Amino acid sequence: MSEAEAVRTLKINILRFDPNDPDDFPHMQTFEIQESAGMTLYIVLNEIREHHDNALMFDFVCRAGICGSCSMLINGRPGLACRTLTSKMDANITLAPLPLFELIKDLSIHTGKWMRGLSERLETWIHEQEQTRDIDMLEERMEPALADEIYELDRCIECGCCVAGCGTIQMRPDFVGAVGLNKIARYHLDPRDKRSEEEYYKLIGDENGVFGCMTLLGCEDVCPKDLPLRSKIAYLRRMMLKVAL
Amino acid sequence: MKIVYTDVLIIGGGLAGLRVATGVKRRGHDALILSLVPPKRSHSAAAQGGMQASLANCKMGEGDNEDVHFSDTIKGSDWGADQLVARMFVHCAPKAIRELAAWGVPWSRVHRGDHSAIMNAQKVTISEKNEAHGLITARDFGGTKKWRTCYTSDGTGHSMLYAMDNKAHEEEVEIHERQEAMALIVDNGRCYGVVSRNLMSGELVAYVAKATTIATGGYGRIYSISTNAIICQGTGQALALESGIATLGNMEAVQFHPTAIVPVGILTTEGCRGDGGLLLDKDGYRFMPDYEPEKKELASRDVVSRRMTEHIRKGKGVKSRYGDHLWLDITLLGREHIEKNLREVKEICENFLGIDPAVDWIPVRPTQHYSMGGIRTKYTGESQTLHGLYSCGEAACWDMHGFNRLGGNSVSETVVAGMLVAEYISDFCDTDASSMQIHSSKIENAIKEEKAKLEALLTKKNGEDAYVLRRRMEAIMMEKVGIFRNGKDLQEAVDELESLYKRSKNIEVFRSKSRAANPALVNAYRTQKMLKVALSVAYGALLRQESRGAHSREDFPQRDDANWLKRTITSWPDAEQTLPSVSYEEIPIESMELPPGFRGYGKDLTKHNPATHAREVSVNAIREALEREGASRFEIQSALLPFLDKLPQKYRAKNARLGETL
Repeated sequence: MSEAEAVRTLKINILRFDPNDPDDFPHMQTFEIQESAGMTLYIVLNEIREHHDNALMFDFVCRAGICGSCSMLINGRPGLACRTLTSKMDANITLAPLPLFELIKDLSIHTGKWMRGLSERLETWIHEQEQTRDIDMLEERMEPALADEIYELDRCIECGCCVAGCGTIQMRPDFVGAVGLNKIARYHLDPRDKRSEEEYYKLIGDENGVFGCMTLLGCEDVCPKDLPLRSKIAYLRRMMLKVAL
Repeated sequence: MKIVYTDVLIIGGGLAGLRVATGVKRRGHDALILSLVPPKRSHSAAAQGGMQASLANCKMGEGDNEDVHFSDTIKGSDWGADQLVARMFVHCAPKAIRELAAWGVPWSRVHRGDHSAIMNAQKVTISEKNEAHGLITARDFGGTKKWRTCYTSDGTGHSMLYAMDNKAHEEEVEIHERQEAMALIVDNGRCYGVVSRNLMSGELVAYVAKATTIATGGYGRIYSISTNAIICQGTGQALALESGIATLGNMEAVQFHPTAIVPVGILTTEGCRGDGGLLLDKDGYRFMPDYEPEKKELASRDVVSRRMTEHIRKGKGVKSRYGDHLWLDITLLGREHIEKNLREVKEICENFLGIDPAVDWIPVRPTQHYSMGGIRTKYTGESQTLHGLYSCGEAACWDMHGFNRLGGNSVSETVVAGMLVAEYISDFCDTDASSMQIHSSKIENAIKEEKAKLEALLTKKNGEDAYVLRRRMEAIMMEKVGIFRNGKDLQEAVDELESLYKRSKNIEVFRSKSRAANPALVNAYRTQKMLKVALSVAYGALLRQESRGAHSREDFPQRDDANWLKRTITSWPDAEQTLPSVSYEEIPIESMELPPGFRGYGKDLTKHNPATHAREVSVNAIREALEREGASRFEIQSALLPFLDKLPQKYRAKNARLGETL
């Protein structure tokens, strides 16, 4: 950036609310920040907290786009704040907490609780027939391509963007969302998981599962990991239909 | 007052904590995890490149075994590691990875036949054995003789953490999220749990347990630029320190990773260089072979970081508004390889630098990365001084890393230490001695004390701004307790940190007065804790008058085995003292399987200990005698450093390999 170029002043509009404060109510608050090179919303929000309002609540952990903590509505669209560069945006930026999740305060939401509930409901772990493999012996073999394919689906970071971007879940609060369906696709693909098709059907073979999806596919549009959600939901639907018939 | 009872309390929900919890649960004890964040968001998820385990499946890993892994680890540690612990670790690493394979980690696998790779900037063809097809493969990493680092693309920590957390769900481990342990509850020399603060409601709760495990990771965030997640603030080490009884080990042993991106300090994995990437200077010149002709870019991390810094000091760095940096070039690996095996790196480059690493060079410089120091424990993971307190993973100084950790040995430690410590804790909980003998009034007092501290922060007038103190601390650590250290800078660092620490007793939380979710309050009490940790690091570094591993003193360039083959032990027995108490623990040469030697980097400046030669002679004599008798490598090893009797019975068996049937 040359000297002649003017440094932008960013206007950051944040939806504030503290549910622990009986006198508070949801309201917008605007902060003005001088933009700097390579600035991300992680840097912006920390600067606001450190220099403008130390009560501002938000969640970052890895600040590198891999832990899924900092999902929020960025100009109305779910995304990871830590890897959003301000240089790619208009100077007027609006931030709000992801909808559907329990609000902790300001931009901080309880995604962990939601995801844990999902995990327990869908039993997102390897169901082995015999509980103990002998770990002194060679590991079970797996086709290299299959391992890569499982990893592809394993890359979900449970950020909740797909849930916030889902049209179906607005109507069916118990819908498992793309995050849930992707997990089932992942375990279904995994030969180490010994659950039968019928057992999977019991988990997602209804309107809160794969048959509830209205195929609006906001999930795939907003997934920060570019997971193949559309094709996996379609695959699961065909598979579950076969089981049902 | 709210009091929650459990058998085993675990602070921290990363890989180490989850593995302990799962282990004790399987042994029939209740386990409860307190975590600042949902466990799947822990810093373990950020480990990219892989986990070391000597499986020897892939072609370039052939011939690998526990002995080679052991030798690499000890050399990497600059002989600072506890060799018994390192032996236990290398023996169990193959078991841990096979367990994780069964629990769902989609480890990348060996594919039979030819594949190409980049080695020393040349394209080579490697032919994998038919019988290895489908077994777990590995990549090259720094400081290792064999390709031993097993991986899932460059999201290894993520996959391990997800599998581990899912396993913990299956085992119905109780997990309380957004809970911050504020102080250990100690009575009569024993730890009985913690007072914890709910970060959403502000409620203080006492969690009382037979055994308490601190698995909170490292303390990288006392530095202004770190690859660590922002929650890696050393609060676990501070908890131990503030007990006045528990001790910390080798706090000055801090690792700088060679390749974090500039300016934000996000890591690009060692796998970039392991897979063939090069380090280039401002002229596009590959400089590492000039410094380290043998290992080049794949020398140990401490060595590469120092060489990079030296090269920048010679004026060979690339100038930028954020200071000088060098280039990491992975373009020669090709797009296909990058998009398959280095995809997190690719995403990071795209999102934070706006570059395509298949085409562009990546701006990198050495950045704080790992804490070798931590809560000093016995091989069982229990504190040497505070009964009932355990620690494992990066939070601990167990001590398998000594003064420099090898890449790929950290996530490996978390799961190995986790599986072992879970057994030792369970053994303790199985005894009558584990019964709790603490009066409830003591527990209530502990809660009241924490409440009073918080109230003081919120009601103080004309006090200090925690942010000001913290930013200054971070800058001091970066400038004066960094890659190269010297007595003058370290003395200044200690003096100023001590004054910051004194000022921190007078912190006031301005404006934001909520007792519930309140980031300003959190910053205030964590800053107080972080300053204690920073002082421990700086003071230990000042006192250690030698260079060993990552601790590099310009005024004492020798590794001094004659005077400094010992562990720094730090404690804070009196809450009123403003500097930690430091003592030393000898590392006995007489019982070493691998006596101190030359690591093979640069010039050998070691000042040897007289006992080293004697031990070399005796090790060689034992080895030769047994070899003459035709003894196996296991028998020879056992004669030099017996360790199997220390392991839980169920982990004592040998590890099968393709070329080594049991």
